[in-house]
Amino acid sequence: MSDTNTPFRRFWTEFRENKVAVFALAVVVTMILLALFASVVSPQNPYDLANLSLMDSRRPPGFVGSGGYTHLLGTDPQGRDLLSAIFHGLRISIQIGLAAGFVSLTIGTALGITAAYLGGRIEALIMRLVDLQLSFPAILLALVMVALLGQGKAQLIGALVAAQYAYFARTAYGAAKAERGKDYIEAALATPLSGRLVVWRHLLPNCTPPLIVVATVQIANSISLEATLSFLGLGLPVTEPSLGMLISNGFPYMMSGRYWISVYPGVALIILIVAINVVGDQVRDQFNPRLRK
Amino acid sequence: MSDPVLSVKGLSTHFFTRAGVVKAVNGVSFDLARGEIMGLVGESGSGKTVTGFSLLGLVDAPGRIVEGSIKLNGVELTTLSEAELRKRRGHEISMIFQDPIATLNPMLTIGQQMKLAIDAHERVSAAAARSRATELLTQVGIPSAAARLRAYPHEFSGGMRQRVAIAIALLHRPSVIVADEPTTALDVSIQAQILAKMRALARETGTAMVWISHDLAVVSSLASKLAVMYAGRIVEEGPTATLLRDPRHPYTAGLIASLPAMAKPGAPLNQIAGSTPSLLSLPEGCPFSPRCTHASGQCTTDADMTQNGGRQWRCFHPVGQTAPEPA
Amino acid sequence: MLGFVIQRFLQAVLVMAAMSVIVFCGVYAIGNPIDIVIPPEATQEIREQTIRRLGLDRPLYEQYFIFIGNLLQGDLGRSFVYNIPVLELIGGRLPATLELVLISVISATVLGVSLGIYAGYRPDSWVSKTIMAVSVLGFSVPSFWVGLILILFFAVNLGWLPAGGRGETVEIWGIGWSFPTFDGLSHIVLPAINLALFKLAMMIRLARAGTREVMLTDTVKFARAAGISEGTILWRHLLKLISIPIITVFGLELGSTLAFAVVTETIFSWPGVGKLIIDSIAVLDRPVMVAYLILVAFLFVTINFVIDLVFALIDPRVRHGAAA
Repeated sequence: MSDTNTPFRRFWTEFRENKVAVFALAVVVTMILLALFASVVSPQNPYDLANLSLMDSRRPPGFVGSGGYTHLLGTDPQGRDLLSAIFHGLRISIQIGLAAGFVSLTIGTALGITAAYLGGRIEALIMRLVDLQLSFPAILLALVMVALLGQGKAQLIGALVAAQYAYFARTAYGAAKAERGKDYIEAALATPLSGRLVVWRHLLPNCTPPLIVVATVQIANSISLEATLSFLGLGLPVTEPSLGMLISNGFPYMMSGRYWISVYPGVALIILIVAINVVGDQVRDQFNPRLRK
Repeated sequence: MSDPVLSVKGLSTHFFTRAGVVKAVNGVSFDLARGEIMGLVGESGSGKTVTGFSLLGLVDAPGRIVEGSIKLNGVELTTLSEAELRKRRGHEISMIFQDPIATLNPMLTIGQQMKLAIDAHERVSAAAARSRATELLTQVGIPSAAARLRAYPHEFSGGMRQRVAIAIALLHRPSVIVADEPTTALDVSIQAQILAKMRALARETGTAMVWISHDLAVVSSLASKLAVMYAGRIVEEGPTATLLRDPRHPYTAGLIASLPAMAKPGAPLNQIAGSTPSLLSLPEGCPFSPRCTHASGQCTTDADMTQNGGRQWRCFHPVGQTAPEPA
Repeated sequence: MLGFVIQRFLQAVLVMAAMSVIVFCGVYAIGNPIDIVIPPEATQEIREQTIRRLGLDRPLYEQYFIFIGNLLQGDLGRSFVYNIPVLELIGGRLPATLELVLISVISATVLGVSLGIYAGYRPDSWVSKTIMAVSVLGFSVPSFWVGLILILFFAVNLGWLPAGGRGETVEIWGIGWSFPTFDGLSHIVLPAINLALFKLAMMIRLARAGTREVMLTDTVKFARAAGISEGTILWRHLLKLISIPIITVFGLELGSTLAFAVVTETIFSWPGVGKLIIDSIAVLDRPVMVAYLILVAFLFVTINFVIDLVFALIDPRVRHGAAA
C-alpha cells in the first residue's frame, strides 16, 4: 500500500481529470458529512416534539420563529425548521440507500458467483429467477414488498433489497462466468481443495470493478426509490421524515403557493442523486476497457 | 493513349486526431485508362483503403483530403459540393467492400436494396427497376435472378452476396469501380470465380477498376498495372508483368520475394524485417529506409519519382541497377 | 415460423403459471388478512362465518386452486373494502391508466427516437449535447419530483394547465376517454409529460447508441458509395436496422410504465389503477392487490409474446428461422 503507484492512486489521477466528476464527488462527501453531523449543524432537533411549536408552522424562508433564530428555508406543517429537517432527512435517506445498497451487493454477488461457480441446474434456477425478476420494474417489486412486509426502516430496506439484488446478481454472474470459462480456472479446479481459493482469488476480484459501478448507481436508485415510496406514503413512519417524506408533507401546500416545504427537500434530494450519478458515470468510464485509450 | 478516365495527382488525405495528424495518404498520383484494371497493393495501414474512400469523397471525420486533385471523366472531384459528389457516386464511380456480410442490409430484400440504388440516380418504374436488377444479377452469375430479388441477404452464401454487391455497384454502368479487397473474406475457389467474373465484366462493360489488395498474388492475376503503396505513398508503379519480373523499389522486391510461390519447397519464406512505421511520426525522407537493406544517408531526404519506360519508382538505390537512371 | 410461435406461447403460459404461484404465495402467505376484513369487536360467530365465506380456513394449496379456478373464470374475488368484484373495480379504472400510459409511451418513443437519431447522427453539435444533457436529467431525477415541479410551474405559477383529475371525458364504446375533448386533453398533458420523461430519456439513449453504431458500419458506407442520399439512408436503412432494440424496449417500457403510473397517478390524482393499488396497499385490500399483480404480470407476458411475434414479422432472419 505504501507503493506510490497503487491502483487506487492511478485511479484517482485519472478521476481528477474530470472536473465535473471531482465537483460531484465533493458534493457527495459534503452531503454525507452534513448527514453524519446533522445534529451538530442543525439549528434545531426536528424530532424533539417539545422543540416544535404550531405557531411556527408553514412559515416562509427567512422567518424568525419562536426559537429566536431565523428559519433560512422556512418551516414545515409541524413547525419544524426546514433546514434542520433536511439535514436529518438526508441522514435517513443516505442511511437507507447505503444499507440497501450493501445488502443487495452482498446477496446479489453471492448468488451470481454461486451460479457461475456451480453451474448446471443451480445456475439455471438462480439466473432464471433473476432474469424473470429483472423484467419487472423495481418500483413494482418494492411496492409489493412494502405491502407484504408492512412499514418501518428494516422492512423498507428489505423491500429495496428485493427490488435491487437482481442487478448485482446479473453483474457478478456475467463477470464471474467469463472468468470461470478460462482454462486456468479449470486447471486450478482439477486440484483438490482449491474451490474456495478460486472464488476468493479469481472470481470475486474479477467481479469487483463492474460491481462497484453497479453499486454507485444502485445506491442512488435506492435513495430515489425510498423517496418515491415515502412520497407515496408507503415508506417510513412520519416521526422520522426522510427527504421523500418531507416532500410529501409539503405537497398539499404547494397549491396555495407554500412551495418551499416541498421544493427545498426536493432540491437536496436531486443534488444528492445527480451528484452520485455523475461520480458513478466517471467510475464506469474509467473501468470500461473499451473506452480506455 | 486516350484521356485517362480517372486521374489522381498529389492526393493527400490526413486524419486530424487528438494524438496528432495521421498522414494516411501522402501525395498519391496515378492514371487509369478506360477498362484498365490497376492493382493497388500494400500492407494494412499503408493507406490503400483510405485512397479508395478518397476517390469517392467518403472519408469520415476527422479525416479529409488536404490536397491534390482527382479528375473523373475530366471533372475535378475535390472541389465538388457534397450533393454533386453524391450524384457521381454509384453513377460514375462505385465501390465494393471486403466483407459482403456487412455491406448488405440484412433487413431489406435484394430487390429493395437494388431499387434504392437505382432510385438514387434515376426515376424509373418499379417494373423497369426490377428488370434492370434482374439483368445485372444474371450478368454477375446469380441463377434465377428474378426470383432471388425477393430474398434477403442471409439467404445467400458469402460469394453470392459479394456478387449481389458487385451487381449493385454496376447498376449504373460506372466508369470506375473501386474494389477494396472484395475477395479476401471468401473461400479460395469462390475467390477465383469472382476474379474471373470481374475480369470479364471489365472487358464487356469497359469499366476501369482500382483493385485494392494486400495479396500480390491475387492482384497480379487480374490487373494489367500495379501500384505498390507503402506508408501513404506509391513507391513503385508499372505494368504487372514487368514489375513482378524486375522490381525496382526494395519494398516491391521484398514483397515479391515473400510470395510463397517464390520460395523453394521446404525453405523458409522470405520476409521483410521490421514493421510499418506509425503514420503519426514518419521518418524523414523514405519511410521504408529503416527496414531497407539498401538504405544510405541519402534516404533521409525525399526521393523523386524516377520515370522510365512506362514505369516509375521512388528510390535512390533501386534494385537491379547500380546507379539511379537519370530522370 | 409456426414452431417459433408455439414455443413462445408455451413459454408465456409457463411464466404466467409461475407468476400466479409467486403472487399468490407472496400475498396470501404473509400477513394476516383476517384482522383486516373483520372488525376486532365482531363476535366469534361472525368471524368464523366470514373466514368460511372467504375460504381462509382452507389449506394454502387448496386456496391456491380455488384462486386459479376462479381466475380462469374471470372471478378474482371481491374487494374487502369496496365489496364489489375486483375485476369490475379494476376494469372501471383501467381505461384511464391505459390512456395515460399509451399516450406517454407512444409520444416518448416517437420523439425519443427522432431526437436520438439526430444526436447519434451529429454527435458533436451543440443541439445533440443539449439533448443528451436533458436525457441524463430524465434518467436521474425521480419521477415524482418532476411531477411536482410540473405542477408548481404550469399549474400553480403559470396557471396554464390543471394539476389533477381527468377533466371532461367522452364515452366511446361505453368507456370514458379524456383525449377527445380539449378539457380532457389539457388534463392529460402534465401527467403524460411526467410519465413520458424517463422513457424519452431511455429512447434517446437507445436510438443514439444504435445510430452511432449503424452509421459506422459498411452497410451505410456501401449505401453511400452507391450514391444513396443521407435522407434515404436514415429513413430506409438506419430505421430498420435500429428497430429491433427499440421495439424490445418499447414493449418492456409499456409494462414498466404501467407500474410507474402508480406514482404519476398519485401526484396528479389521475383516477386509474395505480392510484387504486396504492390505496389498496395502504388498507391491505388483498384481492385488489392480487388482481393488480396478476393483471400486470399478464400484461407483461402478453406484451413480451406480442413482441416476439413482431420480431418474427420484421426481422427476416427470425422469420426464416436463421437466427437462434
